[in-house]
Amino acid sequence: MENNPFSLKNKRILITGASSGIGRAIAVECSKMGACVIITGRNEERLKATILEIGDDKVQYIIANFAKDDDVLALCNKIEDLDGLVNCAGLTKVLPFNFAKPSDFKEVMDVNFFAPAELTRLLLKAGKIRKKGSIVFISSISGVLCSAPAASIYSSSKGAVNGLVKGMALDLAPKGIRVNCVNPGMITTDIFSDGKIMQEQLKEDMKRYPLKRYGKPEEVAYSVIYLLSDASSWVTGSNLIIDGGYTLL
Amino acid sequence: MDLLTFTTNFADQFEETEISAFTPNTNYKELEEWSSLIALSIIAMIDEEYDVSIKGDDIRSAETIEDLFTIVKNRK
Ligand SMILES: NC(=O)c1ccc[n+]([C@@H]2O[C@H](COP(=O)([O-])OP(=O)(O)OC[C@H]3O[C@@H](n4cnc5c(N)ncnc54)[C@H](OP(=O)(O)O)[C@@H]3O)[C@@H](O)[C@H]2O)c1
Repeated sequence: MENNPFSLKNKRILITGASSGIGRAIAVECSKMGACVIITGRNEERLKATILEIGDDKVQYIIANFAKDDDVLALCNKIEDLDGLVNCAGLTKVLPFNFAKPSDFKEVMDVNFFAPAELTRLLLKAGKIRKKGSIVFISSISGVLCSAPAASIYSSSKGAVNGLVKGMALDLAPKGIRVNCVNPGMITTDIFSDGKIMQEQLKEDMKRYPLKRYGKPEEVAYSVIYLLSDASSWVTGSNLIIDGGYTLL
Repeated sequence: MDLLTFTTNFADQFEETEISAFTPNTNYKELEEWSSLIALSIIAMIDEEYDVSIKGDDIRSAETIEDLFTIVKNRK
């Protein structure tokens, strides 16, 4: 297609959490739109599976554990100039508030909030995000528009991300760098693989979505493509809600 | 590990159900107050008090408080 405003051709994009679920779909779909993607995660095998799905063995992957400050710095050092950054790595910890200790909050905040904030800061400081670049955070509807039983820790981390995005968007506007958030409802991935939430509960929950199903990872990826592309060149500090209508009710 | 203490710890996760309703033979999923949040509180309580991680499926497969006690005891 000539002159496609959604094209990511010639754009270099770093995607965190690209070894699974939503991050993997973002890497695959961005690459289909012509981007040169660089992917990161903890698990080498799963990163390689993403590369296999992209079908280009020249894709660069970098292993980093966001629970370690040194890894965040090392990751930044290995990166060359970027046009886009997608902060997608994240985890949840399902715990009723009465049981949620500071150490539990820290475990989630470190990966969902502090690591992406610091990675982005380090990249900016090193001048590795080009003018007119686009930064996208994968937040959630949880913590921004709603929450769920035993989700106070997760919601706090995503609420914090949401605030961060708005502040960053203002501070980076003079550089012409845009910062936005995508806020998905439930997407079918491995995020609840610890089994604390039962399959039946998830099936029940699914019925509460006006579109009667959970989302697919690629349905989040398409919105990320929009925010990374020139199609969204006047969009910054925004929340893009992708939830099958869940928060309408 | 002691069954009576376990039963008390179990009962502590409920707000409204009379304490007398909780015995080792109580079929807990039939209690009116039973909910997914209480299920998650039981999982968290077992983690905190007994240092054992159980799953939603364990809550489902056990019927009585004693069944769950046995699952936890076997994993200690
Ligand atoms: N699924 C949903 O319903 C949903 C809804 C709204 C928002 N989200 C958000 O979407 C993002 C992706 O979630 P997902 O559903 O795709 O989950 P997922 O399948 O569990 O994938 C999580 C990703 O984050 C990475 N990650 C986790 N801990 C990490 C750490 N300590 N250091 C570096 N990387 C780490 C994982 O890497 P490894 O493979 O190496 O472990 C993996 O790539 C998260 O931010 C999540 O909060 C998900």
